[in-house]
Amino acid sequence: MIRDFFRVMVVNLTTGRTNIENIPGRDEFLGGSGLAARLFEIYGFIDRDWDDPEQPLIFTIGPLTGYFPLMSKTCCAFRSPYHNQYTESYAGGKSALSLRFADLDALVVIGRAERLTALCVGSRRVETRDVEYLRGFDALQTGRVLRKIFPGSGRRSIMRIGPAGENLSAYACINVDTFRHFGRMGGGTAMGVKNLKAICILGDRGFPLPEGKAYPKLYKHIYEQLTTTEMMAKYHGLGTAVNINPLNALQSLPWKNLQQTSSPDAVKISGETFADDTLLRNAACAGCPVGCIHVGFVREQFQTNNQYLYRQVGYDYEPIFSCGGMLEVTDASEVLRILDVIEKEGLDCMSAGVALAWATEALEKGVITEKETLEPLKWGDSETYMRAVEHLGRPDNDFYRLLAQGTMKCAREYGGEDFACVLGQEMAGYATGEVFFVAEGLGFRHSHLDAGGYAYDQKHDEKDADKALGFLLKDGRERIVLNCMVGCMFSRGVYKEDLLAEALASIGYGELNGSLDDIGKRVQRMRWRLRLQMGYRPDEAKIPKRYTEITTWKGPVDVDYMEALRRAYAARILEMGAAPEEES
Amino acid sequence: MKALRAARMERCIGCHSCSLACARQVHKVLSWNKAGIRISSSGGLTTGFEARVCLACRPAPCAAACPTGSLSQRRDGGVIQKKDLCIRCGQCAEACPVDAIFLDHQVNPYVCIHCGQCVAYCPHDCLEMVELPRTSAKEEGNDD
Ligand code: SF4
Ligand code: SF4
Ligand code: SF4
Repeated sequence: MIRDFFRVMVVNLTTGRTNIENIPGRDEFLGGSGLAARLFEIYGFIDRDWDDPEQPLIFTIGPLTGYFPLMSKTCCAFRSPYHNQYTESYAGGKSALSLRFADLDALVVIGRAERLTALCVGSRRVETRDVEYLRGFDALQTGRVLRKIFPGSGRRSIMRIGPAGENLSAYACINVDTFRHFGRMGGGTAMGVKNLKAICILGDRGFPLPEGKAYPKLYKHIYEQLTTTEMMAKYHGLGTAVNINPLNALQSLPWKNLQQTSSPDAVKISGETFADDTLLRNAACAGCPVGCIHVGFVREQFQTNNQYLYRQVGYDYEPIFSCGGMLEVTDASEVLRILDVIEKEGLDCMSAGVALAWATEALEKGVITEKETLEPLKWGDSETYMRAVEHLGRPDNDFYRLLAQGTMKCAREYGGEDFACVLGQEMAGYATGEVFFVAEGLGFRHSHLDAGGYAYDQKHDEKDADKALGFLLKDGRERIVLNCMVGCMFSRGVYKEDLLAEALASIGYGELNGSLDDIGKRVQRMRWRLRLQMGYRPDEAKIPKRYTEITTWKGPVDVDYMEALRRAYAARILEMGAAPEEES
Repeated sequence: MKALRAARMERCIGCHSCSLACARQVHKVLSWNKAGIRISSSGGLTTGFEARVCLACRPAPCAAACPTGSLSQRRDGGVIQKKDLCIRCGQCAEACPVDAIFLDHQVNPYVCIHCGQCVAYCPHDCLEMVELPRTSAKEEGNDD
């Protein structure tokens, strides 16, 4: 189990062949993000587009996955249909532990199946099934069928796509175990283009543990820290939805396509309101005692005479911002109903919500007409938005086809680029100011989790671009180390580098002690190099006009400061990803 | 004599901390099924979770089925496991009415020994140790 190479399963959907490869480099790439980039170097193609059948879809875990709490995520890497460059996305559920117990450090899928297919892998199993009959099935229904056709209840993970992935929307997600997602950058589309409807991973093995007391003792220590500290209480209690009220108070809550940064109505969709009115229960990723997954419920009358049905819908801060505040939908149940449709279509909820927010403003301004939108999109009108989500997933006309490729792509065609809330991809929910806008706009994954720019904005009102840049680079690198471990980002306050080194040593990776920072730097460079080789131009990245028009707690956005930071960050990215690194 | 009860599974969040703790501390393995307690959804995550765990029967059908004495009756219910006596016939798992014994691919049985080590690792207090009704040798005699 403890080994210095990576055990990688490579499944070729074109030929039907599967290979187990031993890839060296534990001490160079660690796992997760680093391993994924390394595997893309080996199996991927710089000179072919994202939809070339030979491009790999890569899932990786880290050295501590399963061994310690909150080491519970999987990194999914692919060439993105959104920007045709290398990217990654992270998700939990049972995916990480299933891969661990399938005895795989990574699963790589290449090729393209002739017909719609489901893949099932485990420590003693590889199987593909023709599931052409599932074409067009939504993501939840697909999960239900797959649970029946593959074995391993309780120790498997089921990843699948909805219609949006099959129809090659650029921001289709991969649904993982119902409530988690590889959401951003179109992982679901990378599956769809391979004709791969679902992947079932059976975690059907176990492994001897190191002898002695050091490992269980350290486990107990870390477990206690993670279950008792205040920091985690937030994720456990109201969940990330707790952010709505404070961000609103700081005038940093994107609202109505970012026409506003706060609203008196925000309280109606706050974490507190969701908890009081809709929260049904909590759930967790396997291996995580924190349990940040919040499942809400909606009930709907489907017939007169008190005939109701109910649905369970997972929520978090990001979905509430994108399908609540951005669309000015201010009823918690209505937000959940929109999310439920997005879930079924298999779309990234942030992209879908922000895209519809843009479309609503574009319609309002006369940039487009109802001929395009097919629906009279109107702020707060959830029924209409639910139908619009289905148009996006299917997609039902040229307008939606283009909108499903990205809001900016659509705006370039129809107009309205100035108010498209796109920072690389449709924005995350932090209108905190200059540092965040640059961080997400230019960040490697265009994610708010690339670096804590949103947190920096909330604490600093001085305008020192050098200092902000220094923060973004250092924080980004530390997050990369945790992404190589594939630990949950919420645990980053506990898993500092010393503790990670100690944890590695306790299970026999002692030789990695002290090299974590170097690995972080190496992976940071490697990932940027891949992006740049595929045509990424950070120096040309634009921050749309809308972001210069807003006011936060610090006052109006300072365009000069933002520009200075943008240029400096772009220059550093070009530097980091430039010449091949010198390896001694 | 105490036994483990999965008393409040409606609270379960499916974190598998209990099964990982049992595997780690009792069986010295990293696993979520080579353990005395196993967690699964009762048909998809929207339906909540169930635990497969020994009910501490007395008499214990699994012990009665065990041909070598690898599993023997615990005084007030449940079994004591002596791994070195096990010949991996798998009879115990077949005899258990609630599928509480996990057989790995080499037919090694994993069963709860009611030590309670998992309890502290459940963040939602789903598990508890309860006192089993006492059965003295004398009472047993009176059964006749
Ligand atoms: S393992 Fe099954 S048969 Fe044996 S004592 Fe427990 S519940 Fe009863
Ligand atoms: S009581 Fe002991 S043997 Fe039973 S499941 Fe818990 S840790 Fe395992
Ligand atoms: S530790 Fe508790 S909450 Fe977690 S899976 Fe076990 S019973 Fe459920």
